[in-house]
Amino acid sequence: MKRVYVNEEWCLGCHLCEYNCAFANSGMKDMSFALKDKKIYPRIHVEGSDKITFAVSCRHCEDPICIKSCIAGAISKQDGVVKIDRNKCVGCLTCVLVCPYGALMPGENGLMQKCELCLENTCGTPACVTGCPNKAIVYEERSDEQ
Amino acid sequence: MKNYVIIGNGTAAAGVIEGIRTADRDSKITVISDEHHHVYGRPLISYYLEGKTDLSRMKYRPDDFYTKNGCETLLGKKAVSVDADKKTVTLETGEVITYDALCVATGSRPFVPPMEGLDSVTEKFGFMKLDDALSIEKALTKDSRVLIVGAGLIGLKCAEGIKEKVRSITVCDLADRVLSSILDNDCAAIVQKHLEENGITFLLSDTASSFTDNEAKMKSGKTVSFDILILAVGVRANTELVKNAGGAVNRGIVVNEKLETSIPGVYAAGDCTEGFDSSIGANRVLAILPNAYMQGYAAGINMAGGKKEHANAIPMNSIGFFGLHMMTAGSYEGEIIEEKTDAGIRRYFIKDNLLKGFIIIGDTTRTGILTSLIRDKVPLDTVDINEAKTDVSNMIFSKEARRKKFGGVV
Repeated sequence: MKRVYVNEEWCLGCHLCEYNCAFANSGMKDMSFALKDKKIYPRIHVEGSDKITFAVSCRHCEDPICIKSCIAGAISKQDGVVKIDRNKCVGCLTCVLVCPYGALMPGENGLMQKCELCLENTCGTPACVTGCPNKAIVYEERSDEQ
Repeated sequence: MKNYVIIGNGTAAAGVIEGIRTADRDSKITVISDEHHHVYGRPLISYYLEGKTDLSRMKYRPDDFYTKNGCETLLGKKAVSVDADKKTVTLETGEVITYDALCVATGSRPFVPPMEGLDSVTEKFGFMKLDDALSIEKALTKDSRVLIVGAGLIGLKCAEGIKEKVRSITVCDLADRVLSSILDNDCAAIVQKHLEENGITFLLSDTASSFTDNEAKMKSGKTVSFDILILAVGVRANTELVKNAGGAVNRGIVVNEKLETSIPGVYAAGDCTEGFDSSIGANRVLAILPNAYMQGYAAGINMAGGKKEHANAIPMNSIGFFGLHMMTAGSYEGEIIEEKTDAGIRRYFIKDNLLKGFIIIGDTTRTGILTSLIRDKVPLDTVDINEAKTDVSNMIFSKEARRKKFGGVV
């Protein structure tokens, strides 16, 4: 299955992926209307220092501990994609407590949201990848640990 | 074809069903429960009272869960005994169910210490099951004065859930601090202050010693008048079925890493068990939901002839009250390193080159990275734990470790 991977040597730390993610999931047509003067809640987050930066989003694990830990049964895996039913989430953040990648963060209302690879939003393919100016983020199939 | 039987219908039972179905698609699964409800997320009952979820959304699995998984449900029926020789379960109704593999997932029940005059209190409730929440919901009015006995996770979550629906809430506990099972003194003080600012009154190092109708006489000599009493002192594992069938039981049902009890063909999972806590290297009851699911899942696979061990369980909790969130994990032994933050504190417990535990109040961003250090026993000389004092991120790992973490399928 294709997943999002980040090459930290190529990441510029520009945070564009965060903006593209927030826009793709906003459901709006106009980027400035969707994001201007607003605190954004992307599902991918750039971490790092002055010298090293890299973006982290859901790894869509083979055996996701978040699904097993969710107290609401709100997280499930469908066709390899780990999804969250925000209607069921109560914002307990147990998934944040267990995700070893630190990949999950709550949205604006305190309920969880997560990368679902843009497969069902207006973008249709991961917006973080499409908009990455240095091609540091890629969407590809990898068989095993590279 | 086998006959699988599960006693209990909570999270562990859902894990058992899903575990069995990874290895055996066809055999019959019978689910017996004294509750009438479709499997629901038990910790959600406080969110239900608070209005953050409802009966439909709090279902732990979809409506077609049992039919899709080939389960027959016997709901509202209580299992009263297990015959280990005949491999049967007898219900209160007299029905006898035979099994090839049985999983006992009976959870726990409130522990109510002997308190004089408790029988004279008409409006008293536990807070463990959906039916408890529904009963409390009916009994509450905006004029209700509520006394909650127990300042643990259950009592305080109940307090938050009903706060906007009642006139006043007093919480008492024999312990000298709130959440004594997961917080140390300093951290408990932060949380207590926040709860008090949100209108909860505490009587700590004190508890109700006797009741007369709607009045509690406290150990300290104080009296508390109330309309509704909620008993959240503690819980006891439901071990009797296994014990009476001759199985080994301590505070919980004794299980090995495969979730087998001492009775052949009988497994156990969830809050009724006492399993191995890898953070202290000893057995104990780990009554937390993720553990219940993972134990159930492993038990299910093993019941169906597969092989799955449930080994690296640790205590961990993520919980919030009135907007203040906290996460805790592991054991609180060893050297403490800490950082005070705007919203609270990060306190790490370090021993033998390992992160043994943490208490984080306030900013809980990416805390799962720390949980994985405990669970996977990552040697601390390979990570920069001091970096995590101010900011928990993947920068604590070496470049090579990050490449392994993020470079492939995981």
